[in-house]
Amino acid sequence: MIGVGPIAAALLIDPGAHSMFGGASTQASHIEWLYWLIFWICFVVYVLVIAAFTRAGARNYRGDPGMLPVLPKDEAGDRRAGWFVGTAVVVTILTLFFVLVETVITGKKVESATTSKNPVTINVIGHQWWWEVIYPNPQADQTVTTANEIHVPVGKPVVILTNSADVIHSFWPPNINGKRDLLPGYSSAFWFQVDKPGIYRGQCAEFCGLQHAHMGFSIIAESPEQFAQWQQNQVKPAGDPTDPEAQRGKQVFLTHACIMCHTVRGTDAGSRFGPDLTHLASRQMIAAETLPNTRGAVAGWIVDPQRIKPGTQMSPNPLAPDDLQAVITYLQTLQ
Amino acid sequence: MSRCYQFAVLATVALSLSACKRETREFRPVPPAQNVLNTVQVSGLNPGANPVVPPPAPSVYQESAYAVSQGQTLYNQYNCVGCHANGGGGIGPPLMDNNWIYGSEPANVFATIMQGRPNGMPSFRNRIPEYQAWEIVAYVRSLSGLLPKDVAPARSDTMNIKPAPESMPRQTPTGITGATEQSK
Amino acid sequence: MAVSEPIAVAPVGAAERLEQTWRQPPGFWGWFKNTHHTAIGVRFMVTSFIFLILGGILAALMRFQLSRPENNLMGPDFYNQTFSMHGSTMIFLFAVPMMFQGFGVYVVPLMCGARNIAFPRLNAFSFYIYVGGGLLLWIGYLLNTGVDTGWFSYVTLSGPQFSPGKRVDFWAQMITFTEVSALGVAICIATTILRHRAPGMTLNRMPILLWEKLTISMAVIFAMPAVMVVSSMLLMDRTVGTHFFNPAEGGDVLLYQHLFWFFGHPEVYIIFLPGTAIVSTTVAVFARRHIFGYVPIVVSVVATGFLGFSVWVHHMFATGIPQISESFFTAASLMIVVPTAVQFYCWVTTIWRGKLQMKLPMLWIYGFFFVFLIGGLSGVMLASVPVDWQVHDTFFVVAHFHYVLIGGALFPMFAGLYFWIPKMMGRMMDDMLGKVHFWLFFVGFNLTFFTMHFLGLHGMPRRVYTYLPEMHWGTLNALSTSGVALMSLGVIVFIVNFFQSRASGELAGDNPWAAGSLDWATPSPPPSYNFLEPPTVNGREALWEALPNQPIVGGLRDDVREVLITHSLDAEPEYKEEDPGPSIWPFITSIVVGIVFVESIFTPWAIAWGAAPVGAALIAWMWPKGSRPLRRRVEEKWSV
Repeated sequence: MIGVGPIAAALLIDPGAHSMFGGASTQASHIEWLYWLIFWICFVVYVLVIAAFTRAGARNYRGDPGMLPVLPKDEAGDRRAGWFVGTAVVVTILTLFFVLVETVITGKKVESATTSKNPVTINVIGHQWWWEVIYPNPQADQTVTTANEIHVPVGKPVVILTNSADVIHSFWPPNINGKRDLLPGYSSAFWFQVDKPGIYRGQCAEFCGLQHAHMGFSIIAESPEQFAQWQQNQVKPAGDPTDPEAQRGKQVFLTHACIMCHTVRGTDAGSRFGPDLTHLASRQMIAAETLPNTRGAVAGWIVDPQRIKPGTQMSPNPLAPDDLQAVITYLQTLQ
Repeated sequence: MSRCYQFAVLATVALSLSACKRETREFRPVPPAQNVLNTVQVSGLNPGANPVVPPPAPSVYQESAYAVSQGQTLYNQYNCVGCHANGGGGIGPPLMDNNWIYGSEPANVFATIMQGRPNGMPSFRNRIPEYQAWEIVAYVRSLSGLLPKDVAPARSDTMNIKPAPESMPRQTPTGITGATEQSK
Repeated sequence: MAVSEPIAVAPVGAAERLEQTWRQPPGFWGWFKNTHHTAIGVRFMVTSFIFLILGGILAALMRFQLSRPENNLMGPDFYNQTFSMHGSTMIFLFAVPMMFQGFGVYVVPLMCGARNIAFPRLNAFSFYIYVGGGLLLWIGYLLNTGVDTGWFSYVTLSGPQFSPGKRVDFWAQMITFTEVSALGVAICIATTILRHRAPGMTLNRMPILLWEKLTISMAVIFAMPAVMVVSSMLLMDRTVGTHFFNPAEGGDVLLYQHLFWFFGHPEVYIIFLPGTAIVSTTVAVFARRHIFGYVPIVVSVVATGFLGFSVWVHHMFATGIPQISESFFTAASLMIVVPTAVQFYCWVTTIWRGKLQMKLPMLWIYGFFFVFLIGGLSGVMLASVPVDWQVHDTFFVVAHFHYVLIGGALFPMFAGLYFWIPKMMGRMMDDMLGKVHFWLFFVGFNLTFFTMHFLGLHGMPRRVYTYLPEMHWGTLNALSTSGVALMSLGVIVFIVNFFQSRASGELAGDNPWAAGSLDWATPSPPPSYNFLEPPTVNGREALWEALPNQPIVGGLRDDVREVLITHSLDAEPEYKEEDPGPSIWPFITSIVVGIVFVESIFTPWAIAWGAAPVGAALIAWMWPKGSRPLRRRVEEKWSV
């Protein structure tokens, strides 16, 4: 953290929340420490080398219009200078070796969570352009399936098992850890442990097509009790709404294009193509962290997703206004 | 040399104005103005001797590789594979042969999808948008080689159980619109 | 043929006879028959400069789109095409053709003291096939068929299912065109350096630029086949249904990345090392002394060429490969810093112990020092795996590679242009305009790309067509876009300077910089036969260490195009060979081969049907002339 403050202040730059600095996990802190170590080494090297070049070029015979005569060879002087150059090379090699050693040590520290026995396991499957999130459970009916919003308990190791349904994506929550590519045909284990509760945004970091720019996700770190409560709620299927407008909305949902792509457990809608909407109302944002989960945003998204994310897989749905309002009311009951 | 440059500029402009239809990507397609469903004929019988003339279909779906590729994705997602498999048929009739019961023209296939057909073909009207139905139409026609080779999809990134549509030889359609298609 | 004693002056009337013999045919078709390296070298440079401008326009479009959050200047499809075209144009159509092919083809034979490059018709063919590749890609872009999957086109996004149409196929075939071109030129340059050097130019006396071009030619020969293989595998997956990259049928997505980056990393050294050679050359000239540390620099250049092949996995640190592999590639990536550091220390010592004259090319070299060093050091950060896990695929990487590529190639390129354009066109470039160009470009470049370091550290990923306002990236992006105007203005000033100087610049003379290498031992521009008096060499800086009566090569006929072939190690004359002269067949062959390549995108039958015309064109090209080629051994040894 040495340096962010003064430099950012000097440049009047607001790092924003989605930054690799000021992390909330052990992994991010280790990486940030290593970054600053290498940065200051590089800074010193740069200053020294540029000072040398500036001093070397300071006596500058630019006044002469022609070219000066060629200097005679000075083998002895060159040999003496050779000792300086040789020393500089040796210092360079030692510095680089030091960087290598620190790199390997920090890499091991970042990966050290792999030895823990009882991690929270989460399967993340990348789709164009959203994240399918599954909390597997040996008991099949306790498996949680959701999308784009990942809840984790604070202070406990979490492992993400990656996969992709189509192209290469990359899972990157900068406040928490580096990134891991989601490769079709491969599955890898990505470990982290969050120390501070909060909402940490992440984004896809491997170009995956038209809406790569809008493929975000969030990691919500909460106390273990809140996490357990959230998990239990997510397991429940959607109940029948009591409000007549919501009931009408459910009817619209089941008789229009919605059921072709989405699942709402507890109803007839069971398609796995789009995100699971069973607990849509419990999420902070929709459309892969692009829009807030409010009536207006949801309405705009349903009616014309192509306006907001051109090329996305969801089609426009020109519903009648009453139907649209009813559907939104219904969706808001899906807590 | 200046004449060469003038020619090069003109050629470039001319080429770019006729931008390639194969590469069109429509994200918010405008639905066709004409109501195809009321004008398509699904029986080969009619009074008089007039041949069956299907209404024209929006060409962007037959000529855009992106649209056909979307059709391939939708074919799997909307579970057409459940009855038609990957074109070989099963519960439903095969789609990669040359026999088209209700016609092989795009408008006929569109009507089949939207209206449903006896003995098990569901109606998808109001369940899928019309432009997606047109995309599926284009893909289904590509299964028997009716689309140009550079527009039809190549092999998919899944287990390959059938040849890619772009390598399928053209199966001249028979059926109620066979007479008009055979002359193509 | 006996030579009793060394001669130092050409025979009377030789200039007119040589001009008659070596004259390239005039007229429209004569332009296509030209096989002299100076003409082809200039064509490479002009064409690649045009692609630089086109790529720069694309970059400006990208920056305008990104200057504000949720900007609607262009949609995602057009932006994806634009950034993919920008990268592909800059790397395949500008950087290698300018730094390696352009400078190499023009300067290398002159610096060797030769009358023409080796295999001149292959050289001409390489130019035409490169133009074909550029036309394919750009006409595709104008027809909405521009590649939209990045300049590297990872599978499975670029595979048949997720990239419908022919966009990726055009890109993959462009790679075939440009890599055939690079391979052809590599063969020509390597052979010229090994066999066409002036007598007396032993390996130990070879200019650093020739060492670098030799190393890069070898790197090209080993690296380009990897990308041709991977682009052909991708093409086959897309057109004939192979499963190289289909995970569901036993293919592997990472195979693509390994093969691509096995080429991709040496590629950036193929772009950067020519820059260092220009630096070594000009630093010696403008510090008015021999370069310090000739042997360490040569060893560093060759070592960088080798080590460039050992670091490719550092582009794949985020793919989840085992940590032991990642540590190995961190070590290799840090190790490759050492040769470049050696070069830097030798350069600063040369300047320190010399008398620096800060002429215009030297100003650009200082720009290189300031800019490239930042890029190299940010590369050290990227080599470190945990840091890379955070900044990979962010704008930090974009900042890094623009600092090393623009700093390491573009700044030396401008230095080289201001240095050698007087040789090429016989007139000096204007000094004041050159300085204006430098400062506009230097300030604009830093404004645009330094801010990107912060954007990357603050979490902005690459290849995004827009971003949300809540991310707080708007100010930095706007600042970054503001540099575009300055850089563009700088390049415009350069173009104005070029045309103005061509018309009315100060006459250059043979050696305006009083440099030491053989390319300055002939008039500016060089005559069609390069050297009236083919030189011999007495030291590492030929002109500085020439004896008062330094011998010239005698006995080359002036009624037939003869070139002298010398031994590869000590440059002893071996025999004389006939240069094939102007020919239309390279051009015709390139047309036929181009047609076969383009048609094979649409049908595999093109390869079968095209084999006959290609074979016919090659047969016509290689058809022996009526008389036997003249190749006579030099019987007696020539000694200094």
